[in-house]
Amino acid sequence: MPDSSPRDILVLAAHPDLARSHATRTVLDALRASPAAGRVELRDLYRLYPDFHIHIDAEQHALEAARLVIMLHPIYWYSMPALQKLWLDEVPRLGWAYGPGGTALHGKDFWLVASTGGGAEAYAPGGHNHHAIEEFLLPYLQSARTCGMNYLPPQILHGAHRATDAEITAHAELFVKRLEHYPAWCENLAAPPVGDEDDVALDERPALFSTIGGAE
Amino acid sequence: MTHGAWLQLPLVFLAAAVLAVPLARYLRLGSILGYLVAGLLIGPQVLGLIPSSTAIPEVAELGVVLMLFLVGLELEPKRLWAMRRPIFGWGSVQLLGCAAALAAVGLALGYPWRLTVVVSLGLAMSSTAVALAVLAERNLGRTTAGESILSVALLQDIAAIPVLALVPVLALSGAHDDGGGAGWLAAGKAVGAIVVIIFGGRLLLRPALRWIAHSKTPEIFTAAALLLVLGTAALMQVVGLSMALGAFLAGVLLAESEYRRELETDLEPFKGLLLGLFFIAVGMGLDLKAVAAQPGFVAGLVLALLGCKILVLATMAKAMKIPLVERPAFVILLAQGGEFGFVVFQLAQSNGMIDAVQNSALVAAVALSLALTPLLLTGGDRLMSQKLARRVASKRKEAPPPPPGAPIIIAGSGRYGQVVARMLRANGIEATVLDHDSEAIESLRRFGWTVYYGDATRLDMLKTAGAASARILVIAIDDIGMSIEIAELAREHFPQLTVVARARNVQHYYQLHEAGVRHIERETFDSALMSARSVLELTGMEPHAARRQAMRFRRHNIEVLDRMVPLQGDENALIAAAKLGRQQFEQLLAAEREAEEAHRRAQRTGWDRPDAGPAA
Repeated sequence: MPDSSPRDILVLAAHPDLARSHATRTVLDALRASPAAGRVELRDLYRLYPDFHIHIDAEQHALEAARLVIMLHPIYWYSMPALQKLWLDEVPRLGWAYGPGGTALHGKDFWLVASTGGGAEAYAPGGHNHHAIEEFLLPYLQSARTCGMNYLPPQILHGAHRATDAEITAHAELFVKRLEHYPAWCENLAAPPVGDEDDVALDERPALFSTIGGAE
Repeated sequence: MTHGAWLQLPLVFLAAAVLAVPLARYLRLGSILGYLVAGLLIGPQVLGLIPSSTAIPEVAELGVVLMLFLVGLELEPKRLWAMRRPIFGWGSVQLLGCAAALAAVGLALGYPWRLTVVVSLGLAMSSTAVALAVLAERNLGRTTAGESILSVALLQDIAAIPVLALVPVLALSGAHDDGGGAGWLAAGKAVGAIVVIIFGGRLLLRPALRWIAHSKTPEIFTAAALLLVLGTAALMQVVGLSMALGAFLAGVLLAESEYRRELETDLEPFKGLLLGLFFIAVGMGLDLKAVAAQPGFVAGLVLALLGCKILVLATMAKAMKIPLVERPAFVILLAQGGEFGFVVFQLAQSNGMIDAVQNSALVAAVALSLALTPLLLTGGDRLMSQKLARRVASKRKEAPPPPPGAPIIIAGSGRYGQVVARMLRANGIEATVLDHDSEAIESLRRFGWTVYYGDATRLDMLKTAGAASARILVIAIDDIGMSIEIAELAREHFPQLTVVARARNVQHYYQLHEAGVRHIERETFDSALMSARSVLELTGMEPHAARRQAMRFRRHNIEVLDRMVPLQGDENALIAAAKLGRQQFEQLLAAEREAEEAHRRAQRTGWDRPDAGPAA
């Protein structure tokens, strides 16, 4: 059964230096000001755990209560900031989030909202980074899948350092709009299939969600 | 009637002491004065309860002998050597300076030089035990003044011996001005006796005591100690030196032995009472009539005594750079005469250098100086606080007042406050640092710190420091009561202030919490955790694992602490909660450790995606 608690969206924000952030901070400000804020549980990881000592229980409870789990952070070295990675190492545990008996996160949605330094053109086979952004995001995809979560198409702001205020604001507003209209918009989206098709057993997924890749 | 006649003496003495001394202390006049007055009252002059005889002074002298034995015992040659500069430096300056000043007055008035020297030395001595006690009362024990008085006290202890040895020598040389040879013979005998004691002591004393200690009869050990003291005293008397000198030497010989503590404890009760007896005897011997007959002379003596010593000591205090706040205590406490003086005068009288009338006058002068001390202290305090106020006021005109509107005030410039201030400064934030220890401020200012003098427990001080417009108040002082006071003041008068406080212990933590403070750090908690981490690492745990354990411990500890906050009023509930908390704590930590272990084990055995699942 889908979660019907009022705060069904969990935003995990991770920026090591929020005071100097532009994109991430704008998104957070927009989130706090929007009407969707009432259904969002915001966990600013660097503010909660400045000593990098993650409260596993608290994080797991927050995950259990949510239907949509959002990671909000700048892309550092083609990956996530360190504290977010530590969170990933410690919170989803064997037997809880994955593996035998690990069904706590099954059926939940996972959504990455990130910003990159490189421009969109850099993330192409001929570009500076030599690969499309989706290839760098494979770890996110596979991690979500391992936990039985639906990997929603990420919302990426490219070239965040050079972006104008208008572009950043547009990115933030799109994010907020999607929050407000969750889950309507993601039911119509199909994430492009990447890699092999090992899915979690179909009958474990709630019927409300459309299947990814069209598999039945 | 003659049966229990021997009881009368001790009865009178004890009654006199028991009545007079507590009364004297209540009147803040010190026990020495109490004994003196008691002796005066029971003596032949006033109540006549004790007939004058020579037996009493002799018994009383035992008190002095024991006192000097204990003084010698408590001298630690190594410590003396370590402190040799202040002791032999400033200590000598005090004794010789005061003695010289007094001798100058005496010589100017035409007294014979031998008498002047002896009397000056006697008057220059101070009542160092009293001085140290008063200092401790005023909480000045560990200050410059405290250490200086200690050095002076130690020097006087050491100097007592040559002075006491000098008196008979001077007396003899004075008496036999023609027979110079007799004087030298006496000196030779004296030196010989001293040598015997020192060498005999080194070789025989400790083995003897060891043998006695082995017999395991404690009272015999005490008896042996008394025998030792009296024996050396007797030897000294035979040779014509003071008994006290012998006892002192014996004490010094035993100072570094393993029996020191035991000797101290065994002899301490005797010392106290016999010393009191000595003072009573002095009081008894005080010829009131003679004193009343020449009030001017006595008054002059007191004036000369106090005047010269205060002059010398005040100059010393300035030269030693003793802080203004401590100077009155230092000068006045050392200016008063002391028990050594009595000993010197008694010795001088028994050696014929001064007569009984002069002795009485001197004793009266010293006693008066003792009586005047409390008055002088208050006067000195007042003078000094006026001077201080003027100085602070003038300094305030030079130095800029604390910048108003500084958002952060730190009360306390000690180790804790300094770290906070430095961290803030490293981040470009200037805080106003307050302290009320003027010595600390002076030394910090020398290091280039901006510290303002202020007692943060006073509302007007907080206002002047800008508490009304500040945002954060850091309470970094170590005094628990004052810390709570400041927190309550802040809550009541400056509600916009966020208080960040240092807690000395859990009790303090709760009190601060009750006063509305929420950002509290127990001062030793995190340091202890770091040490615990080191220990864990040393036992072979990986450093990061140790850190994880410490962080878990820390989190649980703080949770238990917060849970116990509302239980503060109810001790039973508190105890129950504490016990439960500890249990749960240990269980929780054990459970977490197990969970982690299970996790690791499961990971190691591997886990594969269920590709043979129903979907495939």
